[in-house]
Amino acid sequence: MKHRTPWLALLVAAICAPALARADAAPGEPGRGFTAFVELGCSGCHGTVGQGGPGLRLAPQPISAQAIAIYIRNPTGVMPPFTSAELSDATIIDIQAYLASVKPPPKLADIPLLN
Amino acid sequence: MADRLDMKRRGLFGAVAAGATAIAATGATTKGARAAESAPPPAAPPSAAVKAAEAQPLAPREMALVGKSCSDFMVDVMKSLPVDYITTMPGSTFRGLHESIINYGNNKSPELLTCLHEEVAVGMGHGYAKVAGKPLAALVHGVVGVQHASMAIYNAWADRVPVIVMIGNTLALEERRPGVEWTHSAQDNAALIRDFTKWDDMPVSLPHFAESTVRAWRIAMTPPYAPTAIVVDGALAENPVHDEPAAIPRLARLSAPVGDPAALTEAAKLLADAQSPVIMVDCAVRTAAGMADLVAIAEVLGAPVIDKGGRMNFPSRHPLNGTQRAGALLRGADVVIGIEVADLYGAVNNYRDVIHRDATPMMKPGSKLISLSAADLLIKANLQDFQRYQPVDLAISGDGEASLPLLLDALRRGVGRSDAREARAKALADAARQAHDRSRQAATYGWDATPISVARLCMEVYAQVRDDDWALTTGQGFQSNWPSRLWDFTKPYQHIGDSGGYGVGYSPVSSAGAALAHRDAGGRVPVAIIGDGELMCAPTALWTLAHHRIPLLMVVHNNRAYHQEVMHVERMAARHGRPTARATIGTVMTDPNIDFAKLAASMGVWSIGPIEDPAALGPALKQAVAMVKSGHPALVDVVSQAR
Repeated sequence: MKHRTPWLALLVAAICAPALARADAAPGEPGRGFTAFVELGCSGCHGTVGQGGPGLRLAPQPISAQAIAIYIRNPTGVMPPFTSAELSDATIIDIQAYLASVKPPPKLADIPLLN
Repeated sequence: MADRLDMKRRGLFGAVAAGATAIAATGATTKGARAAESAPPPAAPPSAAVKAAEAQPLAPREMALVGKSCSDFMVDVMKSLPVDYITTMPGSTFRGLHESIINYGNNKSPELLTCLHEEVAVGMGHGYAKVAGKPLAALVHGVVGVQHASMAIYNAWADRVPVIVMIGNTLALEERRPGVEWTHSAQDNAALIRDFTKWDDMPVSLPHFAESTVRAWRIAMTPPYAPTAIVVDGALAENPVHDEPAAIPRLARLSAPVGDPAALTEAAKLLADAQSPVIMVDCAVRTAAGMADLVAIAEVLGAPVIDKGGRMNFPSRHPLNGTQRAGALLRGADVVIGIEVADLYGAVNNYRDVIHRDATPMMKPGSKLISLSAADLLIKANLQDFQRYQPVDLAISGDGEASLPLLLDALRRGVGRSDAREARAKALADAARQAHDRSRQAATYGWDATPISVARLCMEVYAQVRDDDWALTTGQGFQSNWPSRLWDFTKPYQHIGDSGGYGVGYSPVSSAGAALAHRDAGGRVPVAIIGDGELMCAPTALWTLAHHRIPLLMVVHNNRAYHQEVMHVERMAARHGRPTARATIGTVMTDPNIDFAKLAASMGVWSIGPIEDPAALGPALKQAVAMVKSGHPALVDVVSQAR
């Protein structure tokens, strides 16, 4: 049972998020993505730069927009699900673009307070 | 003498009354021309009726009191107890006792501390007791003051912390002034808080007051600790002492209830024979000796300790601290002992807040669970703070800390040297080190972000105090437990847990009390990381800190929201298929933003902020710490990420 959930989610994603899978999908726009990330409340749990908090760390180097959609439409934890009416595929692409634009943090060795 | 004093008072009052009469008469006869008056007219001579009244002997009940009052005796009782402070917002139902404390008692032991809300008065007692190891008394007004205080009393109850609540009241109807005093009197004032106090009484005589107050202290301080209440009858307090003062009972030396030695020996055997034993603690440790016992138990067993953080139970950097790997450790455990774990069910089950709520046991089938706790010794029916019932294999009723020496002795008797145990301890130490490194790495993400990351906020604070004798006075859940993950906690007083009752407003008031105890201990730098919503529930604690010169570094984790509630409303909107973006309605504190630095400054607290630039935070904190070290409170407002 534990291993079946991702396959189910992938199947749902393949049906529900065809736009995300298309090679010709319009590229995301980070500015719009940031606005959506904050206004929809994503940043409340994941942090404004996706650094994590109550929710998982999402940036830098985020997972693909399609993988985000797979989880976001059918989350398995306490995160609320977001339907396409609330969060369109195009907006997910924008959010992914924003997360991909987040610069890497300073190196641990370069932060005296953490050493 | 009494007559003479009383006549003098009547003479003075008579002159004032005559003047007032004259002014009133002037006003009545010179409408519109008052500004032109340069001097009041001469007072009218006393009438025949007034002259006759002045000549009458005074009735005994009208004489001024010159001897010892019953409230003086009440102060004697309080001085017989180890109660250093009495916190209060003034109220007429206890005016006699108030005056006796400051004059007859010379405002020492107990010293009266001024609070601007009863929640502050009791909440200070909550934090104070967890640091000082003894209660203070909070003196609250009848009915209305009790209701103001009730939130803080409930927090102390749920957190099992002793506070002596003293409630003003006027029992006999003929003693009540018409009007307000009736609305502040009750036939049973303590009924308002009886669901969340351990014991209360309403003494009707001085011997009764003496016995019940000493009893209230003893009951509050016998584990499991909890608030107790004494209703002080105002009429009794204001009466003179007619007879020889009542005897004050001697306060006994207290010992805590200890778990059954046979059961503790059985627990020790189960743990010693286990392949993967786990120790879980929450509110287990109160003293350095208790912490030393717990460390010894973990080291003898080679077992990891999961610290749920209700108190500072186990050194945060100890190689056997497994807190950051709690889930993995519980899933792999074959024997777990929970010591004073307030919510054992929640600790060993994964409960999901989803539409079809479910819970999954974290421990594998066949594993054994032992509980050692005094919780069953103090439980009431109405309020559900006792949490869900968790079946266990062995339930030992007894105070956790007091039972640790017996558990340790049993382990030392039954546990010999074992290569497997030593290998296990080494593996656990490696895992703890790796978990710590993961936390350090996690803290780098968002390090330079604006709003300021909570990890950075916590580490900037730590950098300023780490070389001092510091203590954190607030919980850490809303700060993603960054302090426990990254700071080096070694002493019980460095962390005193959270509110217990989840009553918002705890942090500022409890921190004020904790800071008071740290001030008395000497040389400590207390630090509070306070949420913005928490501070706005009880901001008047700032004034009490300033007024009584109680040093405390307050760092406002200002995310401009009741963030937890934002998440709840988002979850409900998503569940109902409606916009989550509107979840900020009713849950955020913007437009206008609250200026906490100005708020603090208005009450005499040194302050700085809002700090939005991460690079500005360190210098701001440095100034604030300097102010704290000079003996004053200081506040730094930090605009921060949500968690």
